[in-house]
Amino acid sequence: MIWLWVILGIIVLLVLIFIAIYNSLVGLRNQVKNAWAQIDVQLKRRYDLIPNLVETVKGYKIHERETLEAVTKARNVAAGAASAGAGERSKLEGELSSALARLLVVVEQYPDLKANQNFLALQEELTSTENKISFSRQYYNDSVLNYNNKIQMFPSNIVAGMGGFKAGEFFEVTAPGEKQAPKVSFS
Amino acid sequence: MWEQIRSNRIRSVFLVAGMGILLLALGYFLGYLFTGDPVPGIIIAVIVWAIMNLVAYFQGDSILLSVSGARKINRDDHPRLYNIVEEMKIASGLPKMPDIYIIDDPSPNAFATGRSPDKASIAVTSGLLEKMNRDELQGVIGHEVSHIKNRDVMLMSLAGVILGTVVILAWYASRMLFFSGMAGSRRSSRSGGGGGGQIIILAVGIILMILAPIAAQLLYYAVSRKREYLADASSALYTRYPEGLASALEKIAANTQPVKTANRATAPMYIVNPLRGEGMAASDLTSTHPPISKRVKILRSMAGASYADYEKAYQKISGGSVMPASALAGTTGFVAVREASAAKEPAAEATDRIQRTRETSNLMWRMGNYRTVHCQCGANLRVPASFRESTVRCPRCGRLNQVG
Repeated sequence: MIWLWVILGIIVLLVLIFIAIYNSLVGLRNQVKNAWAQIDVQLKRRYDLIPNLVETVKGYKIHERETLEAVTKARNVAAGAASAGAGERSKLEGELSSALARLLVVVEQYPDLKANQNFLALQEELTSTENKISFSRQYYNDSVLNYNNKIQMFPSNIVAGMGGFKAGEFFEVTAPGEKQAPKVSFS
Repeated sequence: MWEQIRSNRIRSVFLVAGMGILLLALGYFLGYLFTGDPVPGIIIAVIVWAIMNLVAYFQGDSILLSVSGARKINRDDHPRLYNIVEEMKIASGLPKMPDIYIIDDPSPNAFATGRSPDKASIAVTSGLLEKMNRDELQGVIGHEVSHIKNRDVMLMSLAGVILGTVVILAWYASRMLFFSGMAGSRRSSRSGGGGGGQIIILAVGIILMILAPIAAQLLYYAVSRKREYLADASSALYTRYPEGLASALEKIAANTQPVKTANRATAPMYIVNPLRGEGMAASDLTSTHPPISKRVKILRSMAGASYADYEKAYQKISGGSVMPASALAGTTGFVAVREASAAKEPAAEATDRIQRTRETSNLMWRMGNYRTVHCQCGANLRVPASFRESTVRCPRCGRLNQVG
């Protein structure tokens, strides 16, 4: 009789452990999704800022049409691929970042523009948005790492296999020159 | 890596529990001392503690902010500060944007408060905004945000409340003993016989009364110092740039003015002890903060930006270990340090600084409800809210300017 109870106890314990692991996996997966949404918000913010920046720069008759066009084009391509996966998007966003960085290097040579209050405010917004993109990417990648670790480690890997949890994709930086946050400081 | 830092929390809970036991022991002996029965003493101690806890939980942050003379700002008042707080909020994964407050004080400093990550505030002095460049400000804000994220604020107010209760009880008891000392001794002599045990209890009670506040304070300081190191490490991890916080700490240390509105109760909340320079001999045991030079040295000798790098740097500088095991678990791979974003050349830094000072003073005038009148000669006139005239004469060129 007592053996029956012991076995029953072990089964109940196993079920409880299963539930706990399953719930923590769901929690981590949601954290990954949430972190991805954060990146999205910041990327959208950058799309909104760029036309503004391009207008302001154009107003100062800067004759670097190619650089300006490259930025606008990269922005439109990146914004158009908003529903693509993490791998594809990180490539496009990387290209946009390096186009922006090139524009900002060009702008460096125009002291008038740098003294413009409007431009200064825009510059702060852009710096901060770049930072926010890289911080949210940082947080996203850490969340993915956490989640993937949990999926691959024993014993949670068993629960993950049964529950159909798939490993998350990292938001890697692929474009050259985007290894660090691009320099958008002018001072 | 981002999980709550549990073992550190457990250790802190033990420290707080130790302070609680100290409080009960004090109540026990005081009750015995004054009424001959320990129960009323314990009851009084617990009631005082409970009331103070309730007040601290529900009103603590607003009391602290108003005592410090902090005023809330929104995004448009200081976009850079707001952006940096938001950046750190994103980097740390806080659920909600903390409120931002400004204290009008030239001494650079900052603190965080609030009972949970959902209801938190960060206050910075105007001196901090003037003296720090973007990277340094980010380091300081990262430090404060990690206090919120690690729930240090909650823990420190819990510990602070017990400390306060012990101090208050011991203070009142010593006064009562002083004034009713004669009555007490008469009663004990009248009860005669069982004097031996009573004298021991009396002696223990008096010793406890003297030592309890000191012991509670030492425990409080121990909790506080540990938390500062942890917050430094988290700031380095969030910003990926330990140098920012290191040079911010150096700039803060170079300033010897105390923060005017800070006192001994609010001091542990600040990033650097705001009362330095008042001639307090701050030994290692009795300071709420680790020595700044040591914090800077640790940050500067970090190889990467992870918790493991901070732990290694700490071991190299002072031996022993500071990071809890749960923070180090799961940190796989190298966390690279990013490049500086603020200007490095002295000339650019100087113009930056002038701009920051102007920006901050404009903000402080605006918050004091002063209106700004731009005169044609280029002078900016600050007009107080109580100014009744419709025109004001420019002291530089003598033109009459319309107000409003």
